[in-house]
Formats: sequence, structure tokens, C-alpha cells
Amino acid sequence: MTQYLLAVHNSGTPPELSREELRQSYLDTDTLTDKMRDAGAFVFAGGMGAIESATVVRHTGGDFLITDGPYTETKEYLGGFWIISAADMDEALDWARQATVACRGPIEIRPFEEPPPLPSE
Amino acid sequence: MSADIEAVFRREYGRCVAALIRFLGDIDIAEEAVQEAFTVALAKWPVDGQPPNPGAWIVTTARNRSIDRLRRESIRHERHTEAHHLYGTRAPEPELIEEEPVSDDRLRLIFTCCHPALHQSAQVALTLRLLGGLETPEIARAFLVSEATVAQRIVRAKRKIKDTHIPYRVPAEAELPDRLGSVLSVVYLVFNEGYAATTGDLIRADLCTEAIRLARLLVELMPDEPEAHGLLALVCLLHARQAARVAPDGSLVLLADQDRSLWDWGLISEGQAIVAACVRRNMPGPYQLQAAINAVHSAALSASDTDWSAILTLYGQLLALTPNPVVALNRAVALAEVEGPAAGLAAIEDLDLGTYYLFHATRANLLRRLGRTDEAMAAYAAARELTTNPTEQAFLDAQRESLAVNQ
Repeated sequence: MTQYLLAVHNSGTPPELSREELRQSYLDTDTLTDKMRDAGAFVFAGGMGAIESATVVRHTGGDFLITDGPYTETKEYLGGFWIISAADMDEALDWARQATVACRGPIEIRPFEEPPPLPSE
Repeated sequence: MSADIEAVFRREYGRCVAALIRFLGDIDIAEEAVQEAFTVALAKWPVDGQPPNPGAWIVTTARNRSIDRLRRESIRHERHTEAHHLYGTRAPEPELIEEEPVSDDRLRLIFTCCHPALHQSAQVALTLRLLGGLETPEIARAFLVSEATVAQRIVRAKRKIKDTHIPYRVPAEAELPDRLGSVLSVVYLVFNEGYAATTGDLIRADLCTEAIRLARLLVELMPDEPEAHGLLALVCLLHARQAARVAPDGSLVLLADQDRSLWDWGLISEGQAIVAACVRRNMPGPYQLQAAINAVHSAALSASDTDWSAILTLYGQLLALTPNPVVALNRAVALAEVEGPAAGLAAIEDLDLGTYYLFHATRANLLRRLGRTDEAMAAYAAARELTTNPTEQAFLDAQRESLAVNQ
């Protein structure tokens, strides 16, 4: 089994969803998460706070530099994610198809590196 | 490589690599093993003679050599027993028992190479490399890109297959229509690259032959898929006209003006027989309909004998299945033959194809037939601006000049 990140990318201009549609989208997302749990595919999931709440910390020249705002200026940012466990890419794609329908936005799939990265000597 | 062994290489490479990938679970290691086995063949065959089943010999030799290598590596890592369990025992010498590659392996390989998670240019490069046995420089020359670009596409695609665990298997029934679509487009794209190259570049024309070979393979592996048959019929019927499409001076010859005695009638009857079988099966799809249209053209002994109303009907069905402006443009050409150029022109005026050279070339032809010479000349000029193919440019220039002379 391989673990995959299914990332929900929110663009700066979210699709105009009505209140009702937005509510339905949250419900669909929860239903999908339950389905992943039942199938034994669920590892972890979460929705991110607004991008305005981001803070970046850097360690430079012995000092910690703390800045307000996201790491990169970009039109798209991580809105939420699932981490799933799947037999292969086709199984992961199958979850991703359901995920893009549930959250009304594109899903980026990325495998976790395996075996866990070992820093070379 | 001697000519004999090179021919075996081209014919058997895909089969052997496909079998070894299933056994070894890794594309790169499988390719290395197959190439090593061909190196052994190069030394042995000229002395001992070519074995009765060269592909099976290569698979068995490659398999045994990779078992030996994995053993040596395992011993080094003191995990001999584990390796023994993993890789089993060595098969007898290839001369004694030859292992038949399973045809399913090639089908698995095609679906892996054409997985939708890979970019189409990577799907094409991987398919030609792994199933066609083409070397990187050959693919680069055929697609007019640098060797470094092709090499990078292949390395990245293999890496993505490994990292994301793209499976090595034939998709389940439910997924098959979608997945088959990308396999068929890759083969058709390979064909079109060769077909569009009218400059007499043999390496590019070779792509047509390679595409026909791949299409035949798809039909052999998936005999129940009507669209695989449709694709094979289409490429046969189109390729049959290759010798008549370009005049001795290199200029392009339109279908209506082609010397039909130059057509490859063997390929045409093969294509027509497949189309007839598709009609009986009655599960039409875009490739089958395009093949049927070309079969109607091929059935006419001269351009004036063409059954345009049959072609118009087929384009109507194609447009219903794949509603897109290029199909609408082609349908309008048939409509002009059946109902006259004014009807054809009316059918294309609203198409959103301003950047497509054939739209302007078709419009120019219809305007010319309506006697609207100035507008026709302007349309030929617009078409000329939009193509980079020198043969097509020369054709459009000649059309425009002939109008200017008659004015």
C-alpha cells in the first residue's frame, strides 16, 4: 500500500457557489471521508484556515525571521487535503474522482516518497 | 547489430520487455535485461544459428541473467535465502525450454505507457520506445525534437510510473472505454505525425508503418473492441494513398486529383473488409466512422464516382458522436458536393476555426467555385499564413496564382 496526498486547491477566486451548494459540498466531503474510513483507505484529513492566517518562519543567519502571509505569492493555495492509503495509482485516482465531485474543485494527487527518505551521510 | 538480429530486435523487443517487466517489476531493469540478452544473441546466434523461437530465447536468457544478478547482489547483502524465495529457481537453459511471452503482457504495457496520468507526449515516447523498440534518437528525429527532450520525457515518465505506482495491468471493464481512448489516440497520433510529413522524410513516413503495426497489435490483443478495428481500418485506408498524395516534384496532390492506380489496393481491401465487419457489428464509434468515410472514397474508381451522399450521412453520424468544428468543416465539404458550394459555404461561415488553415483553404475552394475570386484569393492568403508545412504552402500558393491568372 502507498500513501497519497489528495490536495484540494482553492484559487483566489472561488467558484460562485450558493449558500445551499456550499453546504451540500461540505456534507458531500464529510460523506466521502466516512466512505474512506469504511474502506480502510483513510489516514488523515483536514481543511485549512483562510490563507490570510498564514505565517512563515525562517532560520537565517542564526535568527528566526517571522513574516505575516503565505510562503509564496500564488493564485492557488492549499485549501484542505486527505491522506489516503491505496494499492496503486488507479485506486488513488478513483478516490480523487469522488473527491473532486464532493468539494467542487480540482484535486492534486501526490504519492508519499517511500521508503521514508533517509538523509545520506 | 546484424540485419537479422536487428529485425528480431524490432519485432520482439516490446514482447520481451513486457514479459520481463511482469517478472522483474521494474521497467529499467527489464530493459537492461532484454538488451543484455540481445548482446548475448549477437555473440551466439551467428555461431549456433538463430533459435526457432527467438523471442522466447531472449525472454528466457534475460530472465536467467537477471536472476543471476539478483542472486549475486543478494549474496553480497547476505540475504540469499530471501532472494531464493523471491525469485525462484533458475529456468533450464534456453535451448532446452523456451518460455513463451504472454500476449497479455503487451496489453498491460500499452495501458501503462498510455496511462492518463502521463502527459500525451510522454505516452507517445514511451509507447514507441517500449512497444515499438525505437531508440531515443529515432523518436527524436520522427517528432522533430531534440534527443535530450525525448530522453527526459522517457526518464520522467518511468519515474512517475514508479513513484506513483501506476499499475501494470489491463484496466477493469468499467474503466476500459476511457482508458482505451487514450491508447487509440496515441497510436493515431503516431500515424498522423508520419502522415503529415509529406517531405519524403523516410524516418517520419516510417511512423505510419509503426502505427499500423501497433494498431494491428491492439486488434490482436483486444479483438472485441470495435474501435480498435476502426482505428486499424482507418490507418490502412489512409496509408494506402501515401504514394499518390505527393507528386514527383514533392507537391501535394488532393484526393480528387490522385492517380488511383498508385493506391495500395492490398491495404485498401484489408481496410474495406474491416469496415464491412464493423458495419455488421453495428457498434459505431468515431474511428469506425472515419474509416467508413475513407472506405467510401476508396470504393470510387474515379473522383467523380464518389458516393458523396453516403459520405454526408457518415459525417452526420460522426458529428453527432463528436460534435466539434473540424468534423463540421469536413461535413460541409461533403454537403457542397451534394447540394452545391453555396450550401457548403453557409454551413461553415459560423465555425470558430479562424486559426485553422484548412478552414480558410476549404472556404477559399468554395468561394472559388461560386466565382467570388477576390474573396477566394484572400482566403488562400489567410490559409497560407497559418501553415508551416512547405508542401502545403506550395499547394496554397499554386491555387492562389491560378486564380490570379484567370482573373
